[in-house]
Amino acid sequence: MDYFTLVIAAIFVNNIVLAQYLGNCPFIGTSKESGVAIGMGLAVVFVATMAAAITWCVQRFLLVPLDLAYLQTITFILVIASLVQFVEMFLKKVVPPLYKSLGIFLPLITTNCAVLGIAIICQREEYTLLETIVFSIASGAGFLLALVVLASIRERLDLARVPTCLRGTPLALIMAGLMSLAFFAFKGMAS
Amino acid sequence: MILTSVLVLLGIGFSAAAILAMASRLLYVYEDPRIAEVESVLAGANCGGCGFPGCAAAAQGVVSGRAGATVCVIGGDEVAANVAAIMGLSFSSMEKQIAFVDCTGGIRAEEIYDYAGVSDCRAQDLLYGGNKMCPEGCLGHGTCVTACQFGAIEMGPHGYPVVDPALCTACGACAQVCPRGVITIWGMTARLAHLNEITDCLAPCRQRCPGQINIPRYIEQTSRGDFAGALETIRERIPMPLTIGRVCPYPCESACRRTHVDAPVGINMVKRYVADWEMNSGQHLPIPCAPETGRRVAVVGGGPAGLSCAFFLRRLGHSPTIFESMPKLGGQLRYGIPEYRLPKAVLDWEIEGILGLGIDVVHGKTFGTDFDLESLKAEGFEAVFLGIGAWMNMTLRIEGEDAKGVETGTEFLTKVGLNMDPGVGRKVVVIGGGNTAIDTARTSVRLGAEVTLMYRRTKGEMPANIEEIIGAEEEGVKYLFLAAPTRIVSDESGHVTHVEYIRMELGEPDESGRRSPVPVEGSAALIEADTVYTAIGQKPELSCLYDEEGNCQLKQTRWRTLDAHPVTLQTALPHVFTGGDMHTGPGIVITALGEGRKAARSIHQYLTDGAPHYSAKVQRDLIPYTMFTHVPDVGYRKRSTVPHLIGCDERVCTFKEIEGALSSEEAKHEACRCLRCGLTCYNRDLPARECSEEGCVSRS
Repeated sequence: MDYFTLVIAAIFVNNIVLAQYLGNCPFIGTSKESGVAIGMGLAVVFVATMAAAITWCVQRFLLVPLDLAYLQTITFILVIASLVQFVEMFLKKVVPPLYKSLGIFLPLITTNCAVLGIAIICQREEYTLLETIVFSIASGAGFLLALVVLASIRERLDLARVPTCLRGTPLALIMAGLMSLAFFAFKGMAS
Repeated sequence: MILTSVLVLLGIGFSAAAILAMASRLLYVYEDPRIAEVESVLAGANCGGCGFPGCAAAAQGVVSGRAGATVCVIGGDEVAANVAAIMGLSFSSMEKQIAFVDCTGGIRAEEIYDYAGVSDCRAQDLLYGGNKMCPEGCLGHGTCVTACQFGAIEMGPHGYPVVDPALCTACGACAQVCPRGVITIWGMTARLAHLNEITDCLAPCRQRCPGQINIPRYIEQTSRGDFAGALETIRERIPMPLTIGRVCPYPCESACRRTHVDAPVGINMVKRYVADWEMNSGQHLPIPCAPETGRRVAVVGGGPAGLSCAFFLRRLGHSPTIFESMPKLGGQLRYGIPEYRLPKAVLDWEIEGILGLGIDVVHGKTFGTDFDLESLKAEGFEAVFLGIGAWMNMTLRIEGEDAKGVETGTEFLTKVGLNMDPGVGRKVVVIGGGNTAIDTARTSVRLGAEVTLMYRRTKGEMPANIEEIIGAEEEGVKYLFLAAPTRIVSDESGHVTHVEYIRMELGEPDESGRRSPVPVEGSAALIEADTVYTAIGQKPELSCLYDEEGNCQLKQTRWRTLDAHPVTLQTALPHVFTGGDMHTGPGIVITALGEGRKAARSIHQYLTDGAPHYSAKVQRDLIPYTMFTHVPDVGYRKRSTVPHLIGCDERVCTFKEIEGALSSEEAKHEACRCLRCGLTCYNRDLPARECSEEGCVSRS
């Protein structure tokens, strides 16, 4: 597999939010300010990469040999939740500044379906461990990109005269839809 | 298969649990349990008003000692008390802070910029650094309204923000987004202690007012019918609006831009109206004070400067005690200004309101005789304000001045104020041209005398208020201008019979810019008089500052007044401050009231910070670029006139108050004549404005 194509596909063509429609809750919820969006995006990159790598190992060395692939979803959720807890404890002890900067976003990722989605896509596409890691980083970066772009638009929209009924989340969803359409222009660049 | 699945899931679950259990032991980080407790009692709004990024951070700040119990700006006293209980701190009620809009710009901002379709102050500010016509004023786009999470700000009818104090939490979001600094988060203490600075939005009238009253603000409040708000605005600067509404020579009106159109706004009339409105209601409005500090300050002198200093010290939370040698408080207001200008009942009512804040008074004690600076220190007073006024009269330095029947105007007025027999004769000559001279003349008329007022310059150069000069003339006072006394002639018993004077003519202008009078040779003449009152100037009696050995720790100026720092009013002794006539020499009442506040501010800083301080940007002179000579696009609107309570014939035999107050409609009309000036701009009549229930609104 061409890693470059894999990265381009993950970020632009099959963007986890705008093409796969995963992780919409944090996408709308944390895109009010650019600073918050960057924090959340980086946290997703970090956790998604670790989660995809560990779930790849669980799938390859546990579920497949025991012919228990149908337990994939529940197992992955368990693993991701535990991993997030562990990462939180680890960062708090070892890298307190990073822990503080991630703040509330780290526990929020436990319920972020984008992370679970990335892990499952890696299994469906039967990526190698290296491909899984590269794909996870790129998918996280795609999430970060979408989040930052939407946050920038919303900051600008806050200053504009907008009909009251459209202010806030309704307009954010319309913007997300328009961004999604824009990202469809990348369709066909890579599979 | 099912068994395998269950076992695998249980295995993964237990493994995860075991790893997390081990990790929690290995990676354990101690966290003060009080952080969670404090966080649980905070308001949970994450508004950022406390300066911390969210309530969790604020809780950590409290526990680490970086913030106090009052950290939560939304929670109020209840939350603060809960936080204090968790932290084991003592808690006293905190002073409420709110967003304060100190600009009446908005519709005056002529060039409104849209940045790519976005109407926002910030876009305009980024492009041009503020509106060209109103450098300090509001641009009126309402960014602050959007920023407020609590719905406490709305754009008023004139396109500038109006804060609802009940909803404001002082979170600071509005102040943060305002590009012109129009909104600030202020508490009462900060507002009381603020001196006007050249960067403030200062209309010309406000620049000229010695009391630094926010005139445009209280006029605007009056136009809306918010008389209580107007009084509160006035009382942020002076404590005696009733008195000032009656006796002020209103220097502010001479700077009013409306002068270039028709006549200045009747600023003092409006002040008099709102002050009378309170008195007529029969109840003193509540005046907020900061929590008690228990610091004791001695205020020597119960005149306007002393009353003002004590009033503001009390409002700043301190405990002042006024020492007064006379039987009643008021100083020259009581013993120098006649009843017909300032009724004693009005003065008593006003002083009662000031003392009602909790100010102690010690009567019948004279500074320098009964007590001094050392004894005050020994009694536990941490600072002293000296405001004993200027009661010593200047002498004529002419022959025969010590004859019987020759007295000073202030002595005469004091006797009348004390209900003593002043011993006035039938033919009185008053020498002088100031307000004291006029007061003496008009009071003598009321006591049945024929009065001639002798002044060495012309009528146009008299320092007295023009209304007073005209009023005296109406009451029968004869003027003898361009005349100076040269000798007092007396009979065998030593009683005055005539005043010999010489005619004067005006020569070259002197240092003050006025033309000096020069005697005309051979023009001496006599004028008959059985009583002569001199009112040619006063100075402070500073001998009380000297000890028995004749030493004085304080310095004097070359005008024989007490020397002090011009802004902080601190004397050579760090804990001693001064103000009023004792510092400036004889001046107008509002200057003394303003100095009282400045001294209170300095004493507050001396007690809390160790030394008084002030900004280098303090406004002292009129800001040149705010002074116009031409005001276009404003139509003529008639100025209201103050009604007279009694006719001219009756005036000469009674001490009843002469001038009345405006009616409610007239006060609103006068308030609506205000051009709502800022630093450089003003409201034009496009479209014309008219009065309504909402105040002065635009009519398209």
